[in-house]
Amino acid sequence: MIVETGHFALILALALAIVQAVIPLWGSLARDATLMRAAPSIALAQFVMVAIAYGALTWAYVSSDFSLVNVFENSHSLKPLIYKISGVWGNHEGSMLLWVLILVLFGALVALSARNMPDDLSASVLSVQAWISGAFLLFILLTSNPFARVGMPPIEGRDLNPILQDPGLAIHPPMLYLGYVGYSMTFSFAAAALINGRIDAVWARYVRPWALLAWLFLTLGIAMGSYWAYYTLGWGGFWFWDPVENASLMPWLAGTALLHCTAVMEKRDALKVWTIFLAILAFSLSLLGTFLVRSGVLTSVHAFATDPQRGVVILGILTFFIGGSLTLFALRAPMLKQGGLFAPVSREGALVLNNLLLTTACATVFVGTLYPLALEALTGAKISVGPPFFNYTFVPLFIPIFFAMPIGQLLAWKRGDLLGAAQRLTLVALAGFVAALIFYAMQGGPALSAAMGGLAIYVILGSFFDIVTRVASGSSAGAMMSRAIGLPSSAWGTTLAHAGVGVTLLGLAATGWGVEKIASMRAGDSVDLGQWQVTLDKVAPRPGPNYRETVAHMTIRSGGAIVAQIEPSRRFFNSRRMTTSQAGLLNVSLGQIYVVISDQETEGPLDTRLYWKPFVSLIWLGPLIMAIGGALSLTDRRMRLGIAQRAKRRRGPEPKTVAAE
Amino acid sequence: MRAFFKLLLLVLVLAPFAARAVEPSEILPDARLEARARALSTNLRCLVCQNQSIDDSNAPLAKDLRVIVRERLTAGDSDAQVMDYLVSRYGDFILLSPPLKAGTILLWASPFGVLLLGLGWIAWAGRRRRNGSVKAEPLTPVEAAKLSSILDRQ
Repeated sequence: MIVETGHFALILALALAIVQAVIPLWGSLARDATLMRAAPSIALAQFVMVAIAYGALTWAYVSSDFSLVNVFENSHSLKPLIYKISGVWGNHEGSMLLWVLILVLFGALVALSARNMPDDLSASVLSVQAWISGAFLLFILLTSNPFARVGMPPIEGRDLNPILQDPGLAIHPPMLYLGYVGYSMTFSFAAAALINGRIDAVWARYVRPWALLAWLFLTLGIAMGSYWAYYTLGWGGFWFWDPVENASLMPWLAGTALLHCTAVMEKRDALKVWTIFLAILAFSLSLLGTFLVRSGVLTSVHAFATDPQRGVVILGILTFFIGGSLTLFALRAPMLKQGGLFAPVSREGALVLNNLLLTTACATVFVGTLYPLALEALTGAKISVGPPFFNYTFVPLFIPIFFAMPIGQLLAWKRGDLLGAAQRLTLVALAGFVAALIFYAMQGGPALSAAMGGLAIYVILGSFFDIVTRVASGSSAGAMMSRAIGLPSSAWGTTLAHAGVGVTLLGLAATGWGVEKIASMRAGDSVDLGQWQVTLDKVAPRPGPNYRETVAHMTIRSGGAIVAQIEPSRRFFNSRRMTTSQAGLLNVSLGQIYVVISDQETEGPLDTRLYWKPFVSLIWLGPLIMAIGGALSLTDRRMRLGIAQRAKRRRGPEPKTVAAE
Repeated sequence: MRAFFKLLLLVLVLAPFAARAVEPSEILPDARLEARARALSTNLRCLVCQNQSIDDSNAPLAKDLRVIVRERLTAGDSDAQVMDYLVSRYGDFILLSPPLKAGTILLWASPFGVLLLGLGWIAWAGRRRRNGSVKAEPLTPVEAAKLSSILDRQ
């Protein structure tokens, strides 16, 4: 009964989406306030319906209701509760439902803040949102219904793919979807602006929180996915330039450009057409990502839930929204009037450069990902585009970005002083150079790593330079403190986000200083791994809830003293007859000792790969810092349009500050 | 496309064996040859895998390829000779960095092409702006009031 209720709620949600797609839009075109004001309540009702459907499916998973095809195929009664809950989105149907749930949740949030928006804007935005949610609800109901029953319910389920039985599944897809779907909001705002033929700094203010939110979650989602791949796939890599990784990187690059662009629009009312275009692009690429993952047109490590027929439907949705929005863009964009003027050397100019490089990088990833497919379709020739290609093309595009980041932050709006900014950064650049020399002297390793490390230090120090100089101009410690607190939180946000980029770069640089050992080990054998000695004590079986495990007990010593014990293992899942590898990980300051074992032949030696990866944690700490920066920017006073009135009562209008973006 | 799904099936069948890669028994005694073999391996695709190099994959085919690379190196082949040999057997598909050919010119040119296009566009837009052909439209009174009310609220 609960399941049927969920199914019914989902159908109702589709009906509501259709109403929401038509009525408010009509109202906004016909300037009918009544029709426009219908939008928020329909959006809220739609959210409630989808939430009921999602809740019903979760209930079916938790109670192991194997009369549902979806639960039967992807769950098991012995599966730990966390994987029953996260298993809901560990398959195609459930993950699409999560996608729509987040979509209508965001729609509901817009509906709740609609009072603060012009009626026609909120009505058009919610209408466009409903077009998207309607399309996906239709897709779910027609081709991927999670509520389909089986006639003869089996006694036990087939279990979730063991690779997905990991805490990573609980975090990675929701984060990623929050990011992807967040760009549907910026898209809806862009489409609404085109429909209403009006775009200004006020519009940018409404869009900016969404651009920030989407970017923040996408950053976390990608980082989490990367870390998950790092510890599960078992060879210590963290980025494979896999098509599906690329599919998430593309919206991130476009979205990062969009984030910087909305800053220009909000502050200076410039780059409007470009902002709209980026908003369309970021969401189109998110849809493309969904299509690539769900259709299986590209070989990828995510090939666990693919179906070419559904792919065709998603391709249809993709074509409709990209084609429709670009047509709208072509018709309406020339009517959008350009705003503030600026000199080439200025904050705006720097952000244009940022946009140019980021979109070029995005285009590179796009071409690199889809070229093999296109070439094979056109000529039949099969080629591979792998990591070396991206190292030759993508990486060089990012080098100028790293150099320019601190400089751009110091340029004034409208007209900046490039030489002055460069001079002010002399010390920072010098520090980076010295750091590179120190890295080289200490590690002696590849010169490239030392240079990258120096560049990273330059980026990190450079991010803080602006804020430090602003704070340090206070006369006393107390004055400095109050200055630091008084700075807009978006200034701190920018600083942290940029510093996060530097932190990741440092982690990447450090990959060149790692140690790798491949050894056949017997009990009692030791392997020297840089400054560590790793000893295999014994190999023993261990039972798990729904798997059997072979664990290698290892002791890590440093100069004879025991540091820690790690237990790399291989898990065998009987339900799917699959083996997964669990890496043995030890965090030592910011580095990691990483050990994976392979299947042991009876009583033979154990093939072992051991790594010492100094500073490797920085690779994922960077995105975390970036996301914290994004969150700080979100708390900036000017974002909170709705609660601004309260703030005004407490304090008078404040002097205009030049906030850094 | 049919071939593709066969490949996909193969991949799914082989997936459980993933995550082992270079085995101790394969390692060459000569450290310099081994280092060359590893460097070459990272640029060679495991043909039945999902975007993995033979250095990362432990599919049986990847192991065979790693052994072939090491045999050729031991026999005195140069790096280029090893690569040519493998390309002659398996085609360009085995190279993770596609060679520059008629069919891949667009691929390799795209980053620089896009960059140049973007620069050109920015230059063109900048010139058009300076010529003053674009003027800002003043806000309507309603918009101005709305904007100022929002700004005041800060």
